[in-house]
Amino acid sequence: MKNLKSIKTIKLLALLFVANIAAVSCSSDDDGDDHGHHHDEELITTVTYRLTNGTDVVTLEFQDLDGDGSAAPTYDISGPLTANTMYTGSIQLLNETENPADNITEEVQNEGDEHEFFISSSISDIAITKTDVDENGNPIGIESSLTTGNAGTGTLTVILKHEPTKPNDGTADGAGGSTDVQVTFNIEVQ
Amino acid sequence: MKRFFVGLFIAFSCYNYSQDCNYTFIGNLQDFHDKSAIASATIYIKEKDKYLVSDFDGKFKIEDLCSGTLTLTISHVNCETKTVLFNITNDSSEIIFLEHHLEELSEVVVSSTIKTETTSIEQSLNKSEIENYSDKSLGDALNSVSGVSSLNTGNTIVKPMIHGLHSSRLLIINNNVRLFDQEWGDEHAPNIDINSADRIEVVKGANTLRYGSDAIGGLILVNPKKYAAIDSLFGSTMLSLNSNGRGGNVNTELVKTYQSGFYTKFQSSYRKFGDFKSSDYYLTNTGFKNFNASLRFGYNSFEKGFEAYYSVVNNELGILAASHIGNVNDLVASINSGQPRIIEDFSYDIENPRQSILHHLGKIEAYRRFKGLGKLTVQYDLQINRRKEFDLRRGDRDNVPVVDLSLFTNSLQSNLRIDYIDNLKIDTGIMARYQQNDAVSGTGARPLIPDYDKYDASIYTVGNYDLNETSDLSAGLRYDFSKIEATKSYNISDWEAYNYDVLFPEFETSNIDNSQILTRPKFTYHNISASFGYSKRFNNDLSFSFNYGLATRVPNPSELFSDGLHHGAARIEIGLLTIDKEVANKFVASLERNNENFGFTISPYYKQIDNYIQLIPAGITTTIRGAFPVWEYNQIDARIFGVDIDINKKINNNLKYNGGISLLRGDNISEDIPLILMPATNFNNSISYFNENLNSLTLSLNHKTVLQQKRYPDYNFFTFNPILQEDVYVDISSTPPAYSLFSFNSSMSFKAFKKGSLKIEFNVENIFNTSYREYLNRLRYFADDLGRNFNLKIKINY
Repeated sequence: MKNLKSIKTIKLLALLFVANIAAVSCSSDDDGDDHGHHHDEELITTVTYRLTNGTDVVTLEFQDLDGDGSAAPTYDISGPLTANTMYTGSIQLLNETENPADNITEEVQNEGDEHEFFISSSISDIAITKTDVDENGNPIGIESSLTTGNAGTGTLTVILKHEPTKPNDGTADGAGGSTDVQVTFNIEVQ
Repeated sequence: MKRFFVGLFIAFSCYNYSQDCNYTFIGNLQDFHDKSAIASATIYIKEKDKYLVSDFDGKFKIEDLCSGTLTLTISHVNCETKTVLFNITNDSSEIIFLEHHLEELSEVVVSSTIKTETTSIEQSLNKSEIENYSDKSLGDALNSVSGVSSLNTGNTIVKPMIHGLHSSRLLIINNNVRLFDQEWGDEHAPNIDINSADRIEVVKGANTLRYGSDAIGGLILVNPKKYAAIDSLFGSTMLSLNSNGRGGNVNTELVKTYQSGFYTKFQSSYRKFGDFKSSDYYLTNTGFKNFNASLRFGYNSFEKGFEAYYSVVNNELGILAASHIGNVNDLVASINSGQPRIIEDFSYDIENPRQSILHHLGKIEAYRRFKGLGKLTVQYDLQINRRKEFDLRRGDRDNVPVVDLSLFTNSLQSNLRIDYIDNLKIDTGIMARYQQNDAVSGTGARPLIPDYDKYDASIYTVGNYDLNETSDLSAGLRYDFSKIEATKSYNISDWEAYNYDVLFPEFETSNIDNSQILTRPKFTYHNISASFGYSKRFNNDLSFSFNYGLATRVPNPSELFSDGLHHGAARIEIGLLTIDKEVANKFVASLERNNENFGFTISPYYKQIDNYIQLIPAGITTTIRGAFPVWEYNQIDARIFGVDIDINKKINNNLKYNGGISLLRGDNISEDIPLILMPATNFNNSISYFNENLNSLTLSLNHKTVLQQKRYPDYNFFTFNPILQEDVYVDISSTPPAYSLFSFNSSMSFKAFKKGSLKIEFNVENIFNTSYREYLNRLRYFADDLGRNFNLKIKINY
């Protein structure tokens, strides 16, 4: 009687175990085709800084389609900037792994108070001013103006900070926050 | 069953009558296990109110018995007292079995020197030591054991570390259930409420085979209490309040036991803390909330019993705000500034980044003893772990977890303890386990760990043999089968860069979407592990033990599959499909003197680990956030050796000294450099005063020093800072300087109510508000460790 009881218990346990395996294995197959949704929605693959003086357009583009993956990113600089010229600049961020590509610039714009771009150049003659503002009247930097001085070569760096101190001293280091974008282009002014 | 017992009691308490009074009863007392005679047992005859003693052959004789009920209560020094009833109608003779293994039922006999096995090298924490840490974690409590340190992420995520080994290399067994809670992650703390534990054992040596093949670091056993079979209702409530974090813990437990052997226990605790404070500033967003509950119900008798157990742990942990960084330049800025970039006023709010973890654990266990054989135990257990990690994100994703993993584990196991042979005890068992990880969709992020199914089966045998009165020998062997089947999407560029298209074409599917390939990696492992133990006791309370263990660990999911950016470390972490299992040979010896006046433990150890899996920097990659170091798992041969020493000395009747030191050295033999993240030499001293006549007044002053770790691998590197237009040095390897901490504890107990008692404790941690950083804290780049804390504890027993 007692023996029977403990055998029953063991059988019951075994049954529970098998039932669980069966139940869970089935459910695992169900979401097997779920993996298409495992894209990184926040991924930024492409940064474009488009500069125009009304007639000419210069674009600086960075593209890294595999995100943090091992493939190297590509840089595409459409041409040199003209010396002593004022350009209107605008930054576009895209996630091109989505189809159609996701426009991340809009997210940054909507959360302007939590984001800020910092654009700087190693060429000291270049002056950059942010021309757009967030809801608190602090700069965002999606829109900017860039004025070139004398001819020269150097780099231009675009940084996007998430949750920086706003307002700040205008430098990326001074603003703190965490870095969402940091790309550096080789540029030429002629 | 219960009704049967109740019936018995009624039967013998109601009536007995007499007619003829000339019968003879011959009793024969035998041991349940080996049927040997039990001599010198006391037999009380209720009807005659007389005592007898069994003879050398275990026999006794009662003459001139009347017909009717005969009630005998038999007691023996090493046995459970047993009452038996017979109905006397003529001359009769009966065999009565007695249980000779009182420790199995371990009523109140647990002392701090009892080991799980005689030959095992282990240390333990008892209930009162555990209670000191009631508002802290398992890792904090174990940190007080020599040779045990912890790998921390801030001060709330604390992972125990034995001899420099942690995570997948440590098995944590909660009430005989092996904990599976994504334990591979460095910042995944074990989901255990230490308030539910009665005793915690740290097994450094070989006695681990029953629980797994992969206890390379060791084993942590969290055990609940066993209750005596008496009718009783008791409980306790403890409140603990702290100045640092302005929070505390309340824990309540209630136990009901019955003479029939049934028992039930309910325990629950709630903890809440706001931002903790270092010596100089608040550690913004380090608060946490934690709710735990556990319920046990069971029946214990000598021959059979069962237990059902359920526990839930719900953790909501804030992660230091300043530790969320975007790229290497942010990390450099943090390291150079020497203080966190976000310091705000005190708050109870828990913002992102944060973790939310829910862990359910349930089990059913039943055992039965068989005469002349032993005890068979069967257990089914089930765990569900849901881990959500929230990060600072763009868009409306603040409440969308960036990591969302659901881990389901269940296992069925049996253990047969054969103990009928006097000096030989054999444990043998089988286990089957199924585990499923679900990377829950909807995170909007690539899953850190993919979906997988894992199947395990194992068989083991461990024998303990008493060579003679003073020495024991143990040996064990275990085989494990393990199979993992995952489903993971790779960037095609990565799949080819790591040469997987050549090495593992069989994993590829035809499902290619948008530069990603869906793969189904499958791995099968066969592991052999073994143990050997020897112990010898000498005069003067001296004993010597030696343990050898062969342990094999299969790579965990993170070592195989992890793939992506790790915020807070500013690195990309890559697991590799080519990682193979690691194999360790462990040697631990221990010389102990177990004496109240002067005792010590000296325990040297040596571990040789082949194919040791480690995560180290492998290069730099350029991403949209700038340059990033890529950390890859690789395998090398490692060696860890050291010694743990503990001393206790009684100065006089009231004063006691305790001290300990842990020395450790870890080497990467393949490259002839030190191993990363090894604990530095540390030592502690404590003097305590105890006066039983003064309401058990206890006062103690404790000190702990951790020296600077001078032996570390140098993985520092330079990175280009485009704003400064120069290379900057990224010092991620250098270790923080040595530090010493002092603490004070005091407690008093009072009688309260009829049966209850009241205990009040007042403690101070980090008395001098020392500012320090610890090498084994992953947030050491960002902020100091904890400053001073005043703690008040009130415990009521009822």
